[in-house]
Amino acid sequence: MHNDFKTDGYACRVVDLKKEYVLKSETVRALRGVTFDVPIGDYVAIMGPSGSGKSTLLNLLGCLDKPTSGHLWLGDDDVAKMSDDQLADVRSQRIGFVFQAYNLIQQLTVVENIQVPLFYQGKPLTAAQKSRSIELAKMVGLGERLDHRPTQLSGGQQQRVAIARSLVNDPYFILADEPTGNLDSRTTEEILQTFERLNNEGRTIILVTHEDEVSKRAKRVVRLKDGRLQWDKINTQEVRDEAARYAIENMPVEV
Amino acid sequence: MGILLGTIGLGIKSLWLHPMRSILTVLGIFIGVASVIWLLAISKGIGDEAQRQIESLGADTIMIRTVKPPSEKMSSQGLTPYGLLREEFDMLVATVPTVKSAIPIREMRRQFQFKNRKLDGRLVGCTPEYADVTKLELASGHFLTDAENFARDCHCVLSAKVAERLFPYEDPVGQRIYMPENQDFYLIVGVLKPKGATAAIGGSMAAQDFSNDVYIPIQTLQQRIGDTIMTMRSGSREGEIIELNQITLRCSDVADVKKTAELVQAALSSHEKMEDIAVVVPLELLEQARTTRAMFMLFMGMIAAISLLVGGIGIMNIMLATVTERTREIGIRRALGAKRRDIVRQFLVETSVLSLTGGVLGILFGLFCSPAVDLARELATTWFPKQMADLPEVVRVVKPSIVPESIPGAFFISLAVGLIFGIYPATRAAKMNPIEALRHE
Ligand SMILES: Nc1ncnc2c1ncn2[C@@H]1O[C@H](COP(=O)(O)OP(=O)(O)OP(=O)(O)O)[C@@H](O)[C@H]1O
Ligand SMILES: [Mg+2]
Repeated sequence: MHNDFKTDGYACRVVDLKKEYVLKSETVRALRGVTFDVPIGDYVAIMGPSGSGKSTLLNLLGCLDKPTSGHLWLGDDDVAKMSDDQLADVRSQRIGFVFQAYNLIQQLTVVENIQVPLFYQGKPLTAAQKSRSIELAKMVGLGERLDHRPTQLSGGQQQRVAIARSLVNDPYFILADEPTGNLDSRTTEEILQTFERLNNEGRTIILVTHEDEVSKRAKRVVRLKDGRLQWDKINTQEVRDEAARYAIENMPVEV
Repeated sequence: MGILLGTIGLGIKSLWLHPMRSILTVLGIFIGVASVIWLLAISKGIGDEAQRQIESLGADTIMIRTVKPPSEKMSSQGLTPYGLLREEFDMLVATVPTVKSAIPIREMRRQFQFKNRKLDGRLVGCTPEYADVTKLELASGHFLTDAENFARDCHCVLSAKVAERLFPYEDPVGQRIYMPENQDFYLIVGVLKPKGATAAIGGSMAAQDFSNDVYIPIQTLQQRIGDTIMTMRSGSREGEIIELNQITLRCSDVADVKKTAELVQAALSSHEKMEDIAVVVPLELLEQARTTRAMFMLFMGMIAAISLLVGGIGIMNIMLATVTERTREIGIRRALGAKRRDIVRQFLVETSVLSLTGGVLGILFGLFCSPAVDLARELATTWFPKQMADLPEVVRVVKPSIVPESIPGAFFISLAVGLIFGIYPATRAAKMNPIEALRHE
């Protein structure tokens, strides 16, 4: 890398990232060289047609997989060169992941689910961490349901547990792969408001979505096509406010 | 430590999600461990009993038994005398220096009678030392004496069961019993305490149970009954001419037993042609019994090990199913920062919890082996007294004795089973790619 390459001020920097899946009959080139930066405090929506590589990119950002080539800077570390165990450490310490399917562990309670990433940091939980996980549950509005199991919660509530969980390790950024894909418009709105609040508090958020209404709420939209960056544009404040107002106005009346 | 406790707590929670499945797995190990302890305890009990029976023959004794020769060696007309001779007894006493005492014995089936009570039993002619060598204990009166032997008195000593059957109300000592076959009365001078059976020895000596015995001086027997015995059996006369049924030699030192046995065998080599005697050395039997017992226990141990193996395969099977079913959970954990070894540890902890629970329960149950066998025997005796009486002696008397090493052994085996059979499913779980695991439904 050049000496003038700066990493401070960025949640992550992606440089010519490529990912190929080698199958028996062919090689699928899911990412063909993607370059973009995410400054700290940004709120990015990744869009694009099905199969364009959105999930692949998000998984790479989340250190769930290794790129075939290219660089991925998280702070001063190029995670593209890391070993399996180092990646696991990064995941437990610096990344918050929110999935479309919530992905809570069924046999654990709400608080325990929130604490799972801490559990894999290899140190016994401190009292501060325990109270923080309860704080987070309260923050997403589940303070009364700390001992409930995922099966006792609605989809939106489960997703809010997942968001609380993604915050427990005070991550560099929150990655969310179609977090509202399974939710109705009312619950989607709840989740989006939570994200907005977190972003206003300074959290960096990167989410994948198919829905224009969702992407309009982000500060910035990155569009992928065939494994390449098609365009990258900023949403003006007016666009965002308009989208928020529209969402609230068109919310189905409560029955 | 805290982490490990956390993992264990988590393991228990996960296992509790499928209580039936976990209980069945525990049951497999439980049965394996309990059967290791039980089989070893019971086989040790059987071995101990065999050893006790052989020991009761006396480790310092040598027995020479008269056996019926094969029919082709007997002449077809008249009766052929066979077996040990009185002059051979005198010869052995005179020539074998290591012999401390020698007892000539003559036995036969007889009927004993008192008033209208009758009993078929065994009449044993012997010398006073017999009581000592066969460890007979008196309940009342005295055993036969040399004086009674030389005087050829018609005196007898009853075993406990004969006394009980013929004299349910009276005190037997001082009474006379009648033997119809030779129309003689015998004065009872002593009654014995009950005595357990001795070992059956090869074909040459059935297990002696002593319970229906009546003892008289051998000189009396020789004079009053003689060597020839005729019996009517299904209309035809049968008979035998035997001087002595057995000579029991007692050596002054256990170390001399083998040498003495060889000497005796040489001295009695004239019997080889007739094949009408057998030399029994309890010491050798004792040594044989030890190796047999060791092999028996090894065999039982192997059976138990197989059942543990089956339990282990059960664990592996269930864990593999669990791994497949929990692929999603594994993916979530990996995505949230679990390393491969964290996943391996989680599954190993689960199998260890299962197998240790089974192991500990199995050990607890194993400890109840002895009382449980007693109880089972008691119940069986009250419900099926007839069938129980027909069972072999061992079944009725064996006392399981727990092999101390089997307890820690079983504990570690169950732990090892959990680890060994848990490793494959655990590594398979950890090898999964987190993204693919997450996609799993
Ligand atoms: N594990 C894999 N093995 C082989 N090919 C894969 C694998 N994962 C993804 N791909 C391929 O890579 C390409 C990009 O997939 P990706 O999941 O990133 O798409 P996506 O943009 O998230 O689509 P969608 O909107 O449907 O979720 C697709 O062609 C897909 O078939
Ligand atoms: Mg996708």
